Amino acid sequence: MNAILATLQEEFPDARVAKPCGQSVVHLPAEEIADVVAFLKRQGFSLLLDITAVDRLGREPRFDVVYHLYHLAYADWLRLEVRVGGERPEVPSVARFFAAANWAERECYDMFGIAFAGHPDLRRILMPGDWTGHPLRKDYPLTGWDPLPPLVRE
Amino acid sequence: MAGVDDRSILFSTARRLSAWARSNSLWPAQFGLACCAIEMMATAASRFDLARFGAEVMRASPRQADVMIVAGRVCQKMAPVLRELYDQMPEPKWVIAMGACASCGGVFGNYAVVQGVDRVVPVDVYVPGCPPTPEGLIEGVMQLQKKIRAGGRPTMPAMPPAAEVARA
Repeated sequence: MNAILATLQEEFPDARVAKPCGQSVVHLPAEEIADVVAFLKRQGFSLLLDITAVDRLGREPRFDVVYHLYHLAYADWLRLEVRVGGERPEVPSVARFFAAANWAERECYDMFGIAFAGHPDLRRILMPGDWTGHPLRKDYPLTGWDPLPPLVRE
Repeated sequence: MAGVDDRSILFSTARRLSAWARSNSLWPAQFGLACCAIEMMATAASRFDLARFGAEVMRASPRQADVMIVAGRVCQKMAPVLRELYDQMPEPKWVIAMGACASCGGVFGNYAVVQGVDRVVPVDVYVPGCPPTPEGLIEGVMQLQKKIRAGGRPTMPAMPPAAEVARA
């Protein structure tokens, strides 16, 4: 595991490896994520567990996009974190390396409005297709942007 | 029934007779969406035995049902489905909104959940509770039976067409 992380550090000098709370984390620039995921898959991280995001409203760049990988032989987890922000946050898609990334990225797009460049089918997955806004953003109102008026019952 | 004479012959009107028959053979379309469905199952099972009230034939197909028991919260994406299934039920048909969520959104006062199924389909009986006990649902069924016997026909307020329900 440590050997993989050392090689990763050599191949991608911008990556920053840390180990808070006993789990290895790699912080990366957003544009490197696809290359790093491809690299790690070649190293044996054959399972993509999840892709999600954290909205750190008030910080710029605003979002952390988080990838969870699992190494079956070492039975160990690895977390990748990239930061994105701006009006239209965008990260490269990893769907061409992991089929599991397809729906995970769609969910992340639906809930946080983060676009995944190169995704084969970036549509909403949970909310209706004509929905406005992205519900898991911290500035999203609980009742939605256009709540219906209360129903008047006779 | 209207009356019995000394030869044990029942007199009634056809309308009353059909209402009596309908009220005692309600076939519910089970619409179990959440924890209320567990109580609905218990209601139909042997301990509470909804069969005593003639409403035990839970149908998975709306085409064979005449009362839809909406058991649980209806999310925005489920609303058009609910309406379509309701539209597929043959007349006469009734709806029981079971529990706080189906009646008014319950604790889910948020963007994802329809704030009461009466935005989507006309509701005849609201059963309170979170979730209602099986006795509560039985009471709801009995109220509906009373309503059917009294009126014979379901109330049909003007509802939005199914296409508009997509954003109910």
